[in-house]
Amino acid sequence: MNVTAPRVAFPPNWRARAAWIALVLYIVYACSLLDFTWARFMVGLDNGARFIGRMLPPNFTRWEILVKGLTESIEIAILASVLGILLSLPIGLFAARNLMPLWVTWPSRILIALCRSFHPVIVAIVFVKALGFGAMSGIAALTVASIGFAGKLFAEAIEEISLKQVEAVRATGAPFMNVITYGVLPQVFGRFLGFSTYQLDSNLRNSTMVGIVGAGGIGGALFAAFQRFDYDFVCAMLLSIILLIFAGEVVANKVRAIFVERTRVDEE
Amino acid sequence: MNDATLEARIWHRFTPAQRLVRFAVYLTVVTAVVVSIQTVEVIPEFLLDAPEQMADLLRRMWPIAFSHYPKGVHEALVETLHIATLGTIISVVIAFPIGLAAAHNIAPNRLLNHAARLLLVSSRSVNSLVWALLFVAVFGPGALAGTLAIAFRSVGFVGKLVGEAVEEANRGTVEALEASGAPWLSVLSFGYWPQIQPSFWSVVLFRWDINVRESAVLGLVGAGGIGMALDTAMNLFQWDRVAMVLLAIFTVVIAAEIVVTAIRKRIL
Repeated sequence: MNVTAPRVAFPPNWRARAAWIALVLYIVYACSLLDFTWARFMVGLDNGARFIGRMLPPNFTRWEILVKGLTESIEIAILASVLGILLSLPIGLFAARNLMPLWVTWPSRILIALCRSFHPVIVAIVFVKALGFGAMSGIAALTVASIGFAGKLFAEAIEEISLKQVEAVRATGAPFMNVITYGVLPQVFGRFLGFSTYQLDSNLRNSTMVGIVGAGGIGGALFAAFQRFDYDFVCAMLLSIILLIFAGEVVANKVRAIFVERTRVDEE
Repeated sequence: MNDATLEARIWHRFTPAQRLVRFAVYLTVVTAVVVSIQTVEVIPEFLLDAPEQMADLLRRMWPIAFSHYPKGVHEALVETLHIATLGTIISVVIAFPIGLAAAHNIAPNRLLNHAARLLLVSSRSVNSLVWALLFVAVFGPGALAGTLAIAFRSVGFVGKLVGEAVEEANRGTVEALEASGAPWLSVLSFGYWPQIQPSFWSVVLFRWDINVRESAVLGLVGAGGIGMALDTAMNLFQWDRVAMVLLAIFTVVIAAEIVVTAIRKRIL
């Protein structure tokens, strides 16, 4: 028997190397297509230094506009989350394939996919045309976004439940609504709460942005300040937005911590 | 048996403190909703004629201006895809070292961990539209601003998940390599990398999917891509062209999701 080639501990992976080369080629091609040049980058760095210089120090003198925008953003986030979650409960239930017949799940799944595939700001554009400028369009747009995300997660959570309890409730002759209330909802309540706090958090982030297309909240003031080169006010608004989002995340985590214990108790 | 001992034997699911906290949360939610409904600016006239406006919008959108696609939409659509892809690649390059620095088993220095975490959190708490506004101000309108906005927004997401994947890696392989006297680059590439590879690719694909969605709106603030086409068509009230752009975005987003799901099934 012939001696084969000496074994190498880590043989070269030619396919991976080809992939790396392809990646580098793509980066070069895309950069040239999008007109990225080093000169532009250097000019940008110069601009950036001037830009940061004009942003500092942040200017909080027009705090009324700031507070008004932020409150409106918070209101939009709260109302959109409540509406979106209330609507996504039945839609998510209808989309669960283990409880519903095919002719119900398909339309619900398409609705959820449709709500999910557009960025909230694009949905807001359509609602600004339909409902006019202001917080209402923002609420409507974020409600649609919430249905897309919460609905999908609710449907997945319901599809993972144990059907034994559902069968037990059905065996007692319970009507449909009772099967849902006593067989399905107790199994998924904890996870629903988790999704809901997450959704509130995400709506808070987006509610500061929908104003760019005129759908209420602080985004409108932010965009206007950018266009007026009013960068120190921009800086003040950005800092407040970041602070608000931080606070929202902390509150969401706290609420989750209060209720997560319930699911653990349930499992014991 | 007297009443007092009977009272003590009544079983409660939660301690009084737990019930109080839960009640406080429910009360806060209800108060927040009520206050928001009362103070949010709703214009009844706008709400009343919403169905009419919606019908008008749909009538203007139909028939969809398919003829507009080759000259007005196609190029912008391709640019959007390049922005999303290139942005994801840049974000991975930036996020990888930061993610490693945030993992306490690779970087055993609490100060470094905290600094890296702070970077990741600040990247995540600024919306991609805000990043886009900042980069438009620095680099001028165009795809460069959009790509950097996508990259900087994604750093937080990719870095956080890479860091978590590294922290969950099995010590055994790593210790074996360290015991053989391997330099840290070898420990990284033969000890950690094979373990985090699956979750790494799935994170990158997932983020790319999100970035395709997000890069479609960046054009609204002048950062390149299909959002520019959308903005132009809207400003000219050419709603049939708007419908064409929306259809194009919808198709690309759905296609991206299908591609990502297919690849994830194959590599995981």
